[in-house]
Amino acid sequence: MLDPSPASDPLRSAPLLSAVSISKRYGDFLANDGIDLDLFPAEIHALLGENGAGKSTLVKVMYGLIQPSGGELRWMGQKVVLSGPSEARNLGIGMVFQHFTLFENLNVAENVALGLPPTESFAAISERLRETARVYGLPLDPKREVWRLSVGERQRIEIVRALMQNPKLLILDEPTSVLTPQEADLLFVVLERLKAEGRAILYISHKLEEVKRLCDTATILRGGKKVATCNPRQETAASLARMMVGGEIGEVKAASGRDTLVPRLVIKNLSLEPDDPHGTRLEDVSLEVRGGEIVGIAGVAGNGQDELFAALSGERLAPGEGAIVIEGEGVGLLDVTQRRRMGAAFVPEERLGHGTAPRMKLSENALLTGHAASGMVKKGFIDKPATLAHVDRTTKSFDVRKAKRDPEAVSLSGGNLQKFVVGREILREPRVLVVSQPTWGVDAGAAATIRQALLDLAARGAAVLVISQDLDELAEVADRIAVMFHGQLSAPLKAAEATRERLGLLMGGANTERESTETETKHAVGA
Amino acid sequence: MQLVLEKRAERSTLIAVTSPLIAVALTLITFAILFAIMGKNPIEALYVYFIEPLTDPFTLQEIAVKATPLVMIAVGLALCYIANIWNIGAEGQFIVGAVCGSWLAVRTNGTDVGPWLLPVMLLLGAIGGALYGLIPAICRVYFGASEILTSLMLVYIANLGLDYMVRGPWRDPQGLNFPTTAAFDPAASIGTLFEGTGRLHAGSIIALFVVMLIAVLLGRTLMGFQIRLVGAAPRAARFSGFNADRLVLFSFAVSGALAGLAGIIEVAGPIGHLDPGVPSGYGFTAIIVAFLGRLNPIGILIAGLFLALTFIGGEGAQISLKVPLDLTKVFQGILLFYVLACDSMIVYRIRLLRTQKRVVPVHA
Repeated sequence: MLDPSPASDPLRSAPLLSAVSISKRYGDFLANDGIDLDLFPAEIHALLGENGAGKSTLVKVMYGLIQPSGGELRWMGQKVVLSGPSEARNLGIGMVFQHFTLFENLNVAENVALGLPPTESFAAISERLRETARVYGLPLDPKREVWRLSVGERQRIEIVRALMQNPKLLILDEPTSVLTPQEADLLFVVLERLKAEGRAILYISHKLEEVKRLCDTATILRGGKKVATCNPRQETAASLARMMVGGEIGEVKAASGRDTLVPRLVIKNLSLEPDDPHGTRLEDVSLEVRGGEIVGIAGVAGNGQDELFAALSGERLAPGEGAIVIEGEGVGLLDVTQRRRMGAAFVPEERLGHGTAPRMKLSENALLTGHAASGMVKKGFIDKPATLAHVDRTTKSFDVRKAKRDPEAVSLSGGNLQKFVVGREILREPRVLVVSQPTWGVDAGAAATIRQALLDLAARGAAVLVISQDLDELAEVADRIAVMFHGQLSAPLKAAEATRERLGLLMGGANTERESTETETKHAVGA
Repeated sequence: MQLVLEKRAERSTLIAVTSPLIAVALTLITFAILFAIMGKNPIEALYVYFIEPLTDPFTLQEIAVKATPLVMIAVGLALCYIANIWNIGAEGQFIVGAVCGSWLAVRTNGTDVGPWLLPVMLLLGAIGGALYGLIPAICRVYFGASEILTSLMLVYIANLGLDYMVRGPWRDPQGLNFPTTAAFDPAASIGTLFEGTGRLHAGSIIALFVVMLIAVLLGRTLMGFQIRLVGAAPRAARFSGFNADRLVLFSFAVSGALAGLAGIIEVAGPIGHLDPGVPSGYGFTAIIVAFLGRLNPIGILIAGLFLALTFIGGEGAQISLKVPLDLTKVFQGILLFYVLACDSMIVYRIRLLRTQKRVVPVHA
């Protein structure tokens, strides 16, 4: 596909793309501060950093999406000004975004054609798509509509679309955050192959083990500045984390000797049709969460987690009152407010627009879930000081950083808003907490705070259900882990038995014990 | 160089307050140019339109009379629009309110029934408007019909209903066959406040009271919070546990009641009887008032007075400048256009982008 000559250059003397002292200023805020970065052919280069470290900004500059305030880009030694992504693509830079830019109701080939210059016929594009997909072992049916595809398959479209432009440099933004461990392994094979073809790869991630395994070089950003460039294979995960965070991250510790007897949240044979045509049907889901324990639900996004959350919170009612039991009472037909009054609390996945109203003040967002049972409303009138007091308490207990006392939700950074959203519920001391993706897109410090708060809540006797795609997170907090696949929930595994391997198989749909033991045996034989 | 709209981190409160003023200023400039093209002296024209009505106690009272229904309808509409519910049929609710209240006035005409007559008429007007407003609300909640279409179509039904009543059963026998009811008895009429100097009536005081009531509802109560939340973030509102359907019914009922109340006040006040000319587009003009007033009750009060000024000024200009009365509608259209344009500056800012690098001056 690509002239393989760069791969045969062992000295890697000339960088393909150099960022020289790149700065980007937004108002008073320096998102990038004099960053130098060299990307060489036939090399996988990791860009590591917490949320807000400036990774996305730097990558957007390199892809021509934004203009740097200072510094310059050099392509094969020549200074270039990228006034837009199309210029970047013409040079040979391809990008796979974290949030896919696909049209759900169009098929694969149509989506790819939309991203390519209109000089090629649709038939030719379909043919080239099939060929590219075949060559790289990324099976895709060009005729299939996107909404029918799993997240992993959608990512393949993005990768194939980028590869069809034959890029010399491919940028991937957090590509494994939506994949099962097995799907991630497949992706790594493809990336190794692209590297062998002489392409440069810039791999953005915050998963350290992955970077150690895959990448030749790692550049670490913190607070908009470059901290170091190193060989990740010679570092430990802990040393990389220290460079990312600039200090030790507090270890999350579970309290011991918890009493886990009383079932506080019970789901009994819950089946529910989706209300959205692209949604997932819940099939006979059963689970028991006892006071004092954290149960995790793993699974690739789109397997019914959203529908389960809506059914548990009461945003959608269950078919019968007995399908969901909170504190011994059937609540399947009660609404969100009534469930909150019974001591339940919920944290949805989407912070902006679901967990909070973005353009409303924090005090109003405190009222959003607090109006049911927190004394914030007296005879229909809002007790404004009480809502502000709740904001202050949350701010203090969860270290929410904000510019003023009562800003709009949208002005907080992701991590701080998530601390607010989780803290807002936990401070109400719920007996049952259902939380979806508690640390999605949140920096390591905030993630540790949130996870510790969940553990502490369980230690005080609450039943906590955590829905997460992040297996490391579940391993850290959960006592038992169940897996969701195609709307069905597996029997929960004890955390000690829930290896990545077993969970990964369940996430891919292998739901019998026998199959997983067989695979394990095979691996054992292979090793 | 390139002009781009850039999203602000937080809404600009300064712009939110000043945007209607900027819009008014831009409209006045545009209007002055328009007058100049028409061969009139722009300064004189603007004076006739916007200053002259303020210099005379009679026209001052006229402005308040005109603003009363506009403001009352617009604060109700604001409730709907804040919650993203599109009640376009205030005109119909206005008519039905007028008809329902008039029913009692016509039934009791010529008899002395006591001082309860007028309050009950006002109550009937509000109830009639509320029930009529509930029709599109129910159609939306239970059948998924677009309230924009149903509420608008119901305006025409109300209009024809009014026409039937005043030409048929309620026609004044002594009315020389004109389609009108008999003039209301004094007990069924709202008197003027300052006898002999103008037409200002007690309905204006009710309108002020309504403005305060809705301001408190929106700003201080859980109900008002629900209305704002449903409009700002519907998914968060559902998560909050609020029932969006109930809110549709509530908003339509309240805005219908206020439009109906405005209708009966207009009939029992300045007009004094029911005839087919009662609906004069207040329900539609109130839509502009609601948006010009930033969907804020106090803002709507100011906007309502301002629009009333353009009506009165337009009448004056028609006489003294010989310009068509339709110019007032042009003015209102231009104004709405500028308001919407200025509003985008609350969330966005305009930025000049340099695509080329700046030339660094060489120091000698």
